[in-house]
Amino acid sequence: MTGYLTALTAIVTREALRFIHQRERFVAALVRPLVWLLVFAAGFRAALGLSIIPPYQTYITYETYIVPGLCGMILLFNGMQSSLSLIYDREMGSMKLLLTSPLPRWWLLMSKLLGATTISILQVYAFLAIAAAFGIVMPPLGYLTVLPALVVSGLMLGALGLFLSSFIKQLENFAGVMNFVIFPMFFMSSALYPLWKMAESSELLHDICAVNPFTHAVELIRFALYASFNPAALGWTVLAAVLFTGLALWGYSPEGSGIRRRG
Amino acid sequence: MTGIRVADLTYRYGAIAALDAVRFEVDEGAFCALLGPNGAGKSTLFNLLTRLFVPQAGRIEIAGHDLQANPRAALAKLGIVFQQTTLDLDLTVRQNLTYFAALHGLSGRDRARRVDMVLERLDIVDRAKQKARTLNGGHKRRTEIARALLHDPAVLLLDEPTVGLDAAARAGITDHVHGLADEGVTVLWATHLADEVRPDDRLIVLHQATVLADGYANEISGVKPLQQAFLDLTGADA
Repeated sequence: MTGYLTALTAIVTREALRFIHQRERFVAALVRPLVWLLVFAAGFRAALGLSIIPPYQTYITYETYIVPGLCGMILLFNGMQSSLSLIYDREMGSMKLLLTSPLPRWWLLMSKLLGATTISILQVYAFLAIAAAFGIVMPPLGYLTVLPALVVSGLMLGALGLFLSSFIKQLENFAGVMNFVIFPMFFMSSALYPLWKMAESSELLHDICAVNPFTHAVELIRFALYASFNPAALGWTVLAAVLFTGLALWGYSPEGSGIRRRG
Repeated sequence: MTGIRVADLTYRYGAIAALDAVRFEVDEGAFCALLGPNGAGKSTLFNLLTRLFVPQAGRIEIAGHDLQANPRAALAKLGIVFQQTTLDLDLTVRQNLTYFAALHGLSGRDRARRVDMVLERLDIVDRAKQKARTLNGGHKRRTEIARALLHDPAVLLLDEPTVGLDAAARAGITDHVHGLADEGVTVLWATHLADEVRPDDRLIVLHQATVLADGYANEISGVKPLQQAFLDLTGADA
C-alpha cells in the first residue's frame, strides 16, 4: 500500500509543480470567470429578474447567482485543458511513463485525475477570494462545505476530459471540444440562468439542461456554498463521475484506443 | 533464463499487418540489436513489449513473466527508454528521477540511494540540479537511461535512443549500454543504423512485419559490412 501512496503523492506533486511553472495558465483560468462575473453579470443584472429559489432565502443579485456556475466553469475548463494537454507529445510521453509503471493503471489514472482536480480547486478558491474582495460573499461556513462538492464535480469533469483525450488525435480538435463539449455543457446548464427561466422559453431546452451533468455539478456547488445539501445533484454528479471514469479507464486500457491512436 | 521471449506475435492495423507471427528470444545479459528500416514494425513491437498495446495473437515474456497474464510482475522487470523524450523539461534531473522512482513505489532513503547510484552510473552527478530543459541531447538521453535503471530492471528496452545525437554522444551512449549488458542486463536496442551494432551482438532484422534474419551480427553480415548486408537483405538501394 505504501507504494500506491508514494505514486499518488508523486503524481499530485508533479501536477502542482507543473501548475507553478505555468503561471500564465493560472492567470488565464482566473481571468475568464472574472470577466463573466464583473462584466457580463453587471450588464445582465437588470435584464434578468430572479425569484427566490432554494438555496437562497432572499433576493440575490445576478452576480451572486452566477458564482457557483463560474466555479463550475473553472472546473470544466481545467478538466478539459489538463487532459487536452495530453495531446502534446511531451505530455503524451509522460503518460506513457505512467502507463508502463508496474502499479495498476486505474490507480495511476485516478492519481492523475486527483492531482488535476486539486489544482482546479485551488483556482476556484482564488476566484472566490477575488469575488469576495468585490463584495460578492458567501456564508463563511459555505467556503468549507463547498470543498467536497468541488472535489466530486472536479473529478467528474476531469474524468470526462481524460475520456475525451483518449479519442482526440490532434490539438486542432480543441476547437471541436469547445464547440461540442464546453459551450453546450456550460450554456445548457443552470450556471447562468435558473432552469425555470429556461422552461419559460422552451420545455425541450429545459429537459436537456436537466439531464446535463454539469447542471447537477453547479447545483451541488450552489447548495454547498450555502452550507446546504442537494442529494439529487450529488447523486447525478457521482453517477456521471463513475460513468466518465469508467470510460476514461477503458480509453487508456491496453485494449482501448487512447495510446493506440497515437502510437 | 531467457530475458525476452516473443512467440508468434501478430498485430494488424485493419488489413495491414505491422507484425506477422514474429518470434525470437534474447538470452539473459545479451545485447540484442533490433535492426529494421522505418515502417518495419519496430515501434509496434515496442508498444507491445511495454504493454501500451495488447497483442492480437501471440505471447510475450519478460524475464520469465508473461506480460499478458502477469503484467505488473513483467513491467517491474522492465526498463524503457522511449524514442521521444519523456522527461519533464521543467523539472531538474534529480526531480525527474525521483518522480519516476515513485511511480515504481520507491520512497525514502532507498529511493534517494538509488537516484544517487544511477546518477553516478551514467556519469551525470554534476547535472543533477540542472533543469532537463537546459541539458544537451546526450545528457537528456543519459538521464532517461539512468531513469530506466532506477528499479534495477532485468530487461532494458531502448527505442532508437540515439536519434538526433551527434557522433560523439551516439558513440558514448552505445558504449555505455553495451557495458550494461556486460553487467547482466538484457538489452533490446532498436535502431535503423547498422553502425551501432557490434560484430558479436545478437541481431534481429525486422522487415515488413516479419523477422528476416536472427543470429549474431557477424554471421548475418558474413564478409560484407553490416550496412551493406542489411541493405541487401531489405532490398533497399545502397
